[in-house]
Amino acid sequence: MADEIRQFKQVTCTINGVRRTTMVDVRASLTDMLRNDYRLTSVKKGCEVGECGACTVLIDGEAFDSCIYLAVWADGKDIITLEGLEGPNGELSDIQQAFIDETAIQCGFCSPGFILTAKEILDSGKLYTDDELRKLLSGHLCRCTGYDNIFRAVKKTMLRRLNKPVPEEFFKAE
Amino acid sequence: MYDIKALYEAKSTANAVELLLQHPEAVIIAGGSDVLIKIRDGKLAGKELVSIYGLDELRGVELDGEENIRIGSLTSFSHIHKDPLIKKHIAVLGEAVNMVGGPQIRAIGTIGGNTCNGVTSADSASTLFAWDAIIEITGPDGIRCVPIEEFYLGPGKVDLRPGEIQTHIIIPKASWSGYKGSYIKYGMRNAMEIATTGCSVNVKLTRDKQTLKDVRIAYGVAGPIPLRAKSTEEKVRGRAVNRETADLIGELVLGDVNPRDSWRAAKDFRLHLCQTMAVRAFEEAVARAGGEISG
Ligand code: FES
Ligand code: FES
Repeated sequence: MADEIRQFKQVTCTINGVRRTTMVDVRASLTDMLRNDYRLTSVKKGCEVGECGACTVLIDGEAFDSCIYLAVWADGKDIITLEGLEGPNGELSDIQQAFIDETAIQCGFCSPGFILTAKEILDSGKLYTDDELRKLLSGHLCRCTGYDNIFRAVKKTMLRRLNKPVPEEFFKAE
Repeated sequence: MYDIKALYEAKSTANAVELLLQHPEAVIIAGGSDVLIKIRDGKLAGKELVSIYGLDELRGVELDGEENIRIGSLTSFSHIHKDPLIKKHIAVLGEAVNMVGGPQIRAIGTIGGNTCNGVTSADSASTLFAWDAIIEITGPDGIRCVPIEEFYLGPGKVDLRPGEIQTHIIIPKASWSGYKGSYIKYGMRNAMEIATTGCSVNVKLTRDKQTLKDVRIAYGVAGPIPLRAKSTEEKVRGRAVNRETADLIGELVLGDVNPRDSWRAAKDFRLHLCQTMAVRAFEEAVARAGGEISG
């Protein structure tokens, strides 16, 4: 269209603890902004219609599908991506290590999203039942693992953080 | 990138009204879990959008001076689910919205958006019908309120005139006080699912829990828009709380509903669902209200 005018807006937000500002095209999704402007490529593009959860990030502590969130709405928000879980010397967080130990990762495409939802679950400090955990994890698709290992990784980390006994079978992979 | 012609972000409710009047072709975007997907689909591609997502004044749940429950239209499903006032007075609404999509969808989806897109399957809609919710609309001439049954005009069509936005959903005290409810969603899977049929029932019992003082039965996907089983309600009001009444409800509702065949389910199956769900939701609502149905 000849009369098309591109519209931009300045967006300032905290990303993984650092305040950042950029000019974004108002048509961009938050996934677009995080990947293209900030090179945070842990944020995956799966379905881009809010079905698969591969693009999940935390916004003010809550898990959102960043593909169906306009980048301009991120102004003033606190955003965490998987890169934000890395320790000062590149250490993995407990939940990431649990994903490895439980073989909850195969191709890895769903993992950043799952781990961020898990972070919201774990940070709540609550002890959830198995059914509650399954429901809380239900906004993610994984085409490789069959979900069981992911569920175990999250449950194990939850129990450890709450100083609860972790059942024997959880250790066989370590 | 979304195919958006232009985006206007409202700074206040009054500003949203101005923007809508200035851009009469624009589509309102709240959380975007419908609008953005329709843009991807092409159905709303290339449109101007007025975003009201930033209006924090339309978020939250409160009791007004008369103890009516006021829910800001932009309150997300996850916040409604966690809200203490909702839990205390109309727990069933928190349960119903906790069945929408998956957790991330519930974080972005708003109750106002769920009712403004006018679809019959909206998980919040049948429960809001059951609670006789009032829709508060703000427009160029100020605020007006309409009962939710009149707000729905037809499939995908609601009573929003040029320049108007939905600002609150109100559950009047008379509608919630003394009532207990239950919502059942039937779907093919437990998450990320659109209801095949949904049924929300609430009841008010006499003090001795023996008689049905009032009952309200509402459905999603039992007709082109959410609906109430009005004739059934009339016929069972005042009856004893027992098995016969529960079964009678199951029979009578068939005269009130009008489901159709779709790729999700056949009409006959939906009729069966309407019947079974009404009975089960009624039984659960009665139990929550302290009554007992034997057998
Ligand atoms: S890419 Fe966002 S939900 Fe699939
Ligand atoms: S590990 Fe491949 S999609 Fe989950």
